[in-house]
Amino acid sequence: MAIECLVLGAGQEVGKSCVVVSIGGKRIMFDCGMHMGYLDHRRFPDFSLISETGDFNSALTCVVITHFHLDHVGALPYFTEVCGYRGPIYMTYPTKALAPLMLEDYRKVIVDRRGEEELFTYDHIMECMKKVIPLDIKQTIQVDKDLEIRAYYAGHVLGAAMIYAKVGESTILYTGDYNMTPDRHLGAAQIDRLQLDLVITESTYATTIRDSKYAREREFLKAVHKCVAGGGKVLIPTFALGRAQELCILLDDYWERMKLKVPIYFSAGLTIQANMYYKMFIGWASQKIKDTSSVRNTYDFKHVCPLDRSLVNAPGPCVLFATPGMISGGFSLEVFKQWAPSELNLVTLPGYCVAGTIGHKLMSGKPTKVDLDKETQIDVRCQIHQLSFSPHTDAKGIMDLIGFLSPKHVMLVHGEKPKMASLRERIQSELRIPCCYPANNETVLIPTTPSVKVGATKMFIRRCSTSTLGKTDDKLLISCSTSNEASGARGILVMEKTKTAKIIDEDELVHTLGLEEHQVLYALCRPVEFSTMELATNEANIISLCESSLMVVDVPTSSTTEDVNSAENRSSLHSLLVQFRAKIDCTNIQVVPGHLQLRSFHVSVCSNEDCKYRMKNKNGIPKSMVYFCCRWSPVDDKFARELLQIMEQLNSSC
Amino acid sequence: MHILQLAGFRFLLECPIDLSALIVFSPIAASDSSPAFGLLQGLPWYKTVPSLHLWDPSLIDVVLISSPFGMLGLPFLTCNAKFNAKIFVTEVAARIGQLLMEDLVSMHAEFVQCYGADVRPHFPEWMKWEELGKLSPLLKQVILGEGGEELGGWMPLYSAADIKECMQKIQPLKYGEETFFNGSIMLKAYSSGLDIGSCNWTIHDPRWSISYLSSSLFMSACWKGFDYMSLLGNDLVLFSDLSLLSSIDITSTESQGIRDINMTGDSDFSPFNASTCSADTKDKGHRLLLETDESSDETEKTKFICSCIIDSLQGGGSVLIPMGRIETVVLLLEQIYESLESFNIKVPIFMISSTAEEMLAYLNIVPECLSEHRQQKLFSGEALFHHIEFKKAKRLLVFPSLYTSDFLAAWQEPCVVFASHWNLRLGPVVTLLRRWHADANSLLILERGIDIELALLPYTPLAMKVLQCSILSGIMMHKVQPLLEILQPKLVLFPEDLRTQLQAQVNDSPPSYLYYTENVPLRVPSSSKNYDAVLETDLVVQLRPRKLTQQNLAIARLGGGIRLREGKYFLSTSKVQLGSSNEKLLHWGSVEPARLLVSLQERGLVGNMQWNEEAGSDTVSIRIRDPNNAIIETNARRTTIGCEDENVANLIYETFSSACDGI
Repeated sequence: MAIECLVLGAGQEVGKSCVVVSIGGKRIMFDCGMHMGYLDHRRFPDFSLISETGDFNSALTCVVITHFHLDHVGALPYFTEVCGYRGPIYMTYPTKALAPLMLEDYRKVIVDRRGEEELFTYDHIMECMKKVIPLDIKQTIQVDKDLEIRAYYAGHVLGAAMIYAKVGESTILYTGDYNMTPDRHLGAAQIDRLQLDLVITESTYATTIRDSKYAREREFLKAVHKCVAGGGKVLIPTFALGRAQELCILLDDYWERMKLKVPIYFSAGLTIQANMYYKMFIGWASQKIKDTSSVRNTYDFKHVCPLDRSLVNAPGPCVLFATPGMISGGFSLEVFKQWAPSELNLVTLPGYCVAGTIGHKLMSGKPTKVDLDKETQIDVRCQIHQLSFSPHTDAKGIMDLIGFLSPKHVMLVHGEKPKMASLRERIQSELRIPCCYPANNETVLIPTTPSVKVGATKMFIRRCSTSTLGKTDDKLLISCSTSNEASGARGILVMEKTKTAKIIDEDELVHTLGLEEHQVLYALCRPVEFSTMELATNEANIISLCESSLMVVDVPTSSTTEDVNSAENRSSLHSLLVQFRAKIDCTNIQVVPGHLQLRSFHVSVCSNEDCKYRMKNKNGIPKSMVYFCCRWSPVDDKFARELLQIMEQLNSSC
Repeated sequence: MHILQLAGFRFLLECPIDLSALIVFSPIAASDSSPAFGLLQGLPWYKTVPSLHLWDPSLIDVVLISSPFGMLGLPFLTCNAKFNAKIFVTEVAARIGQLLMEDLVSMHAEFVQCYGADVRPHFPEWMKWEELGKLSPLLKQVILGEGGEELGGWMPLYSAADIKECMQKIQPLKYGEETFFNGSIMLKAYSSGLDIGSCNWTIHDPRWSISYLSSSLFMSACWKGFDYMSLLGNDLVLFSDLSLLSSIDITSTESQGIRDINMTGDSDFSPFNASTCSADTKDKGHRLLLETDESSDETEKTKFICSCIIDSLQGGGSVLIPMGRIETVVLLLEQIYESLESFNIKVPIFMISSTAEEMLAYLNIVPECLSEHRQQKLFSGEALFHHIEFKKAKRLLVFPSLYTSDFLAAWQEPCVVFASHWNLRLGPVVTLLRRWHADANSLLILERGIDIELALLPYTPLAMKVLQCSILSGIMMHKVQPLLEILQPKLVLFPEDLRTQLQAQVNDSPPSYLYYTENVPLRVPSSSKNYDAVLETDLVVQLRPRKLTQQNLAIARLGGGIRLREGKYFLSTSKVQLGSSNEKLLHWGSVEPARLLVSLQERGLVGNMQWNEEAGSDTVSIRIRDPNNAIIETNARRTTIGCEDENVANLIYETFSSACDGI
C-alpha cells in the first residue's frame, strides 16, 4: 500500500495550493487555492486530473482547507458551485468566518475594478460556505469509518491549521502555511510528536534564515514616528486580515507608550468586520493576548479608529491602513495618488508584491515617477519603507519541524524550485529522510510499510510486561508502555483462515489447539561427595540459612520415622545450595523440602539404587556419597550444564 | 460522583460540592437582634461527597469533570499534598468553573469579615455533638445525612490561592480532543448540552470502551447540544445518577413546568401551601407538556416568566433573579430585555456578581462551544449574544458587588436584578431579599431543586411573590430507551434508585443492565475481547509460519519488541533475537518409540528398546550404547533424556524434536 500524491498546485511555485492525497482507499484534497499571477485557466488547479468524468463526489472523500488566504481557498467556490463537488469540506472556525470576506473582496476587485467576467458570484460563495464543517484545534473528526482528521495550530494567520489525516495505520501531515515563531497576535505552530508516513510542508523560505524581528519592528516604528513628528502622513497598504492586525497592535502599543496623539485610521468596511472576528476568536490568538483578554480585549484598540473618508486630505499628520496591500487598485491606490507627491509622507510596502502592481514598481529601485496607466503618471516624492514581517516559517523552522516529527518521507510544496532543491538536499543529508518536490500535475507514490492488525490475548500481553518488570500488577503492565523503550515479547501467532490472526502466549497454545503437551526433559543422577565435617557444619547452619533464604524453607513437621534419612537429605541439599549460592546468582531459587529448583533445573536427593539416570562414579564409592537426581528442560540446557559442572567440581575438590 | 476502576487505574468522576447543604447556615444577620430561625450562625462550611474523605487521595489516578459545577469541590482534593491525579476538564468548563469558585470565595469573604476567619479550622463550634443536638431534625439530617455518617464531608472553604493551585493541575481539553492517560487509556470529551463546556466522556482502554453520560440535553438554546453520535458503539454506557434527577422529579410529581407560589400575595406565606399550589398551576393553564420538543418547552417557560416579571414591574415592584445555570441567565436576560422593550418599560437591569463581567465577556469568545443557531450568527457576522448591545445601550449594568459607589449612583427602583447566590445564603441576593421580602409587588424567581421552605426561612414573613421554575437539566426518562437503541451498547450501568422507572421504559432488548447503588462497589464482568495489536512489516517478514495438518490453521513463533502507543500494542523486531527459529521449544502429541529408534540410528546412535517391567505402564526405554551411554524414556506425554555427554544429549533431543509435532 502506498500513499499517492497528486500535486495540482503550489508544486515548485507559490500559488493555488492544492494537493490530492490518496491514502488507504480514501482521497483527500488539501487546499483549493487560486493563483494570483494568472488570469487564464492557469489560475485554478486542473481539477480534471482528479476525475475525467467530472464526478468529484465519488472521486474525493473530503476537502480540507488550511487557512483563508486566497492561494489556499480561492478556487473553492468554483470547485463546489461550478464544478459541482458536493462532499464534505472542512476548515477551522476562524477560516470559515473569514474566508467568505476574502473571497467576496477578491470577487469585487475582479468584477468592479478590473471589469472582468466573474468566476463565481456572491451567492456561490455563500452557498459554498454553508457546506463547510467547522473544525476546532486538536479536535479529532471522524470523516467516515476509516478516515480521521485533526487540525493543529499553525500560527501564520488567524485560524491557520496543519492537518493530520489517518487511515488505518497510514498517516500524513499537510502543514499548509505555518510559522514556527510567535508574533504579536498569533502563537507559534504547535504539534504533537506524531508517527507519520509523510509530511507535506510549505517551503516559502526554504533557504532563508531570519534574524530577530524586533530590530525590524523598531525600524518600522522609527520611520513612522519620524514621519508623523515631521507632520507627514503615513500610508500603510495592507491586506485587511493578518498583517494589518499585527501592525495595529504594534502601533497601538507604541502610541500608548510614547503618548502620541496623532490619529491612526483603519479604512472602514471589511476591516471592521474582520476586527470583530479577531475579537471573537481571541482564543486563537497568541498566549499573551489570550491571557490579557479577560481584562481588555487587545482588539479594542485605544488609538486606532475607523476612517471617515473626508479626513484623507485633512491637514496634519496621521497614519492610515488601507487595502489592498500591493496598491493594485482600490482605496490604497486612491490615497497613494494624493499622498505620494509630498516628501513629508511615508508609504510602507509589504514584503512581497506581485509583478505589475504599483507596489512592485516602487520596490524595484527608487522611482520618482510611476506610470499608473498610459495617461496617468504619479510623482513619487514620498519616502518608501519596505516591511519584512512574514508570517511564514524560515528554513530553520522547517528543519526543526521535520526533525521533530521525523516522518518516513517529506514532500515540499509552496516554494521556489531552486530553493526547494537545496532544502531537499539538507533534509536528505542532515535528517536522512527521503524528500521530493514534485511539479504541478505530477503524481508521486510514497511507499508505506504495511502493518498487520492482529489480536493479542491478555496472557500474552501480561507476559510481555512481566518479563521486563517482574511484577504482575495490572498497573505496571500498562505503565511499561510509557517509556519509549520496547519491552521484549515472545509469543505464538495463530492464523486461522477466516479469522483475524491472534498472538497467544506459548502456554496457551496447546490448550487453544486442543492438544496435549509432550514434555521433553533432560535427566541425570549425579553423585556428589561431601566430607562428614562439611555435612555437620551445614547441619548447624541449616536453621540460620533457612531464615535468610529468600523463599522460606519448610522444615518438615512431624516425620519421625524417616527422620534420620530426611535430615541427612536436607543437609546435603543445603550443602549444595551453599555451593550454588557461592558460585552463581540464585535470586530466583526455590527451596522446597526435598528439592531445589533454579529455572527449570530441578534437583533432589536420589535414594533409588537402580535410578536409570545414575552416573558411574569414577573414584569408587566413598563413604559420604550422595546422589542428586537432576532434571531440566532443553531450554535451560546451558545453564543446567553449568550447575552440573559446579557439582562435579565439588567431587574433585575433595 | 463515581469511582471507576479500569485496567488498574482509579477514575474519580466529578468532584462537586453539595451546595444545598449550605442551607443550614444563617445568612449574615442584618442586625444583631434579627432572629436566626434556628439556623447555624457562623462561618459556613461546605459539604463534599460524604465518602470522599474516606478515600486516600493518592489512590486516585484520574479525575474527570463534566461540567463547571462538577469541579467546585476540586480544590479540596488538590490542596491535599498526597493528591497526584491527572484532572481532565474541557477548557471552557474549567474557565467557567474557575469563575464560579472565585465568586463563591468572594461571597464567602463577607462571612469572614463578619465572623472572622476560622479560629480552630478543624473543629468549629457547631460541630460539637451538644450543639448539633440543639438543631431541628431537618437541619440535623442535612448535616449528618440519613445514617449520621456525613459529618466528615464538611470542609472549611478553600482560598483563592487554592483555586489557583487547582487550576494549574487541570489539563484542559477541547471537545473531541484525544488525550491518552499513561499511553493506554484514551479519553475524549463530547458536548452534553447541559452547560457551556459541559461534556460526556468516552474512556477507551485497550479492551473496553465506556461512555460516561453526565446530565445531557439533546437541544440547547445556547450551547452545543448532546453529541450522542460520537458515543456510538461503545461497549458500556454509564448513566450518572445526576443526569436524570430533574426529569424524574417532573414525571413523578406531575408538577410539570412552572409552579407559581404565593401569587395571590398572601402575606402569611407558608411553604406547605406552596406544594399544594402546584395543582392550581394546572388550572391556570401553565402546564407544559413534556412530550413536546425540549427547546420549545423552555421557550414557553421563559415567556411565562417574562410575563410575570412585566406584571411585577408594572405594579411598581422589583424583580430578583438569583443566578443559577449560565444558560438560564443568558436566555432570561435576552427575553426580559425583549419584553421590556415591547412593553416600553424603561427600568434598568442589574447584574451583580464579582465575576459577571468576565463571564459575559468570556461567552463571546468561545464561539466553538455554541449551538448551531448561535454559530450561524457568527458566520453571518452578527453578535453572538445580545448582552453586549444591552451593555452598550446602558440598559444592562454590571457590577461586581453592591458596595461600590458606582453601583449606588446607578441604583434605581423598580429594577430587574440578576445576582449571584448559593441557596439564598451567600452573595448580594441576601441583601436584596431583605430589602424586598415584605414588598408584595416584588418578585423572586427561583430554580427548582431548592428546598423553598428552608431557603426562605430567614426572610419570613414573606410578602414577595415567588416563582419557582424547573429547568430541564437532564435526559428525560422516556428518551433513555431510544437513545440506547441508537448507541447500541453491550452493557448499561444505571442507578439502582431509578431501576423501576427504567424497567418501565425499556424492553428486554440486547444490552444487559446492571444497577449500582451509592457506596457499593459493582463489579462489571471482564471483557473477553483480545487486545488490539499491530505487527510491523519488519517483523512480519521474519515470521516462519508452520501449517498444522490437523486443523485449518498455521502458527508461527513470534519474538520481538512490544510497545504500547495510543492504546494499541505495536510489535516490531528488536535486538533481542529468538535464536534459531527452527528449534522447537514446545511439543505435543507423541512419537512412536520404534520410529524414534530408527531415527536415532540414522544419526549414528545405536541402542535397543526396553519395555518397562511394571504392568500397565506405557513407558518405553531406549538405551543407547554407542557412541556414549544414554537412556531415553518416552510415553504419550513425556520424554526424558539422560546422557552425560552434552553433545549426544543434544543430538538425541534434536532427533526427537524433528520426529515430534511442535513449535
